[in-house]
Amino acid sequence: MLVKRIIPCLDVHNGQVVKGVHFEKLRPAGDPVKQAAFYSNHGADELVFLDISATVEARATMTEIVKQVAGVVFIPLTVGGGISTLADIEKLLKSGADKVSVNTAAVKNPELVREAARRFGSQCVVVAIDAKQVAPGDWEVYIEAGRKPTGLSVKVWSRQVEELGAGEILLTSIDRDGTGAGYDCELTRAVAGSVAIPVIASGGAGALKHFYEVIVQGQASAVLLASMVHFRQLQVREVKEFLCQHGIPVRL
Amino acid sequence: MTAVIDYGIGNTYSVVMATARFGEEVLLTNRLEELRAADRIILPGVGGFSQGMDNLKRLGLDRLLRETVAAGKPLLGICLGLQMLFEWSEEGESAGLGILKGQVVRFRQPGLLVPHMGWNQVTFQPQAGCYRQAVAQNAFFYFAHSYYVVPEEKEIVAGLTEYGCPFASFIRWRNVAGVQFHPEKSGSHGLAFLGTFLQQGKEG
Repeated sequence: MLVKRIIPCLDVHNGQVVKGVHFEKLRPAGDPVKQAAFYSNHGADELVFLDISATVEARATMTEIVKQVAGVVFIPLTVGGGISTLADIEKLLKSGADKVSVNTAAVKNPELVREAARRFGSQCVVVAIDAKQVAPGDWEVYIEAGRKPTGLSVKVWSRQVEELGAGEILLTSIDRDGTGAGYDCELTRAVAGSVAIPVIASGGAGALKHFYEVIVQGQASAVLLASMVHFRQLQVREVKEFLCQHGIPVRL
Repeated sequence: MTAVIDYGIGNTYSVVMATARFGEEVLLTNRLEELRAADRIILPGVGGFSQGMDNLKRLGLDRLLRETVAAGKPLLGICLGLQMLFEWSEEGESAGLGILKGQVVRFRQPGLLVPHMGWNQVTFQPQAGCYRQAVAQNAFFYFAHSYYVVPEEKEIVAGLTEYGCPFASFIRWRNVAGVQFHPEKSGSHGLAFLGTFLQQGKEG
């Protein structure tokens, strides 16, 4: 049986893992290679690295980090942040990344998604969507690390990226990010109900029940978590045990 | 020496690193003489079927792979590397290597999310042989694919996985092994699986 995935997300800024609130107020949270090995040993199903510095120099650092991580951690790795060309994608895939996540570049140049899916396969193209609620049942796509509104509806954009060949959607609620108030189940369900590719829910985890809620009510295939685990408030395994006790299939 | 075929597609780095963990000499190459000198060959691969086949042919690797199989040298196909061993794929409607009889088709059961993405179980069949001793029954492996193989001869099915229907996730025929999952990305069970393959061609 295909199980629900628990995916720690490591935001990397100039070679260090950091965690912010509402995409701001960064706090250091450790060395990426050590963090990756720790999570893998504690039951993480995959890892996401988001390069939030996203400068040219930082991207080179990121490629090095991925190489180091992929040499010791044998679970799937997704890398995102500042990826805007096929060459960026190819470099990361060759360095040991299994998937890349594109966000701003996908909105600005949707053909990038189509071309990447064609060249490297849909299974390695994740489109990250940062969503902000604008009305009941309606969310807008934001780009440039949550700073810039696009006027695009999240539901419409989700269907479009699926059509372009994305293999997965990484859906972050800007409203909930780092708050611990729980995932936005309504948003997640709206997207999961619009597409036939897996949706990874992100933003807002603060208690064990939040994972259960977004999987059951939000119909998420996977959940992303960051601040709760970086500061060791919670172990990935505890999340999995909780879900298992509540009848959700996980890999223990 | 174990050779990992470099045909310009997919994530070869992890396959090489995982293989090197066993203290095994590994070479990432597409040079025919190096591949001929290898004790065993891994054909990795993610991405599109027709592009994969085109690349293999352009490098003359299609013939080399048939040669490898005929010579009895251990071969492991991973993901697209498994699919290309078959005769034909729905993806791009292209012909494969035809080393194994059967086709590659897309998941299309209603309500199923595609790609089949994430961790799923493999139920070993009697054909799994020594792999069955090395890896736990129903262990989880990592999958990321939209197409799956339908072998003509059911006797070559060494492992089954359930996604909408049971499909062949592990194939064994003579010196050929092929897996739909990624042993190089499946944690400790994946490494145990890979370690078993690396023992092939060592006895005798």
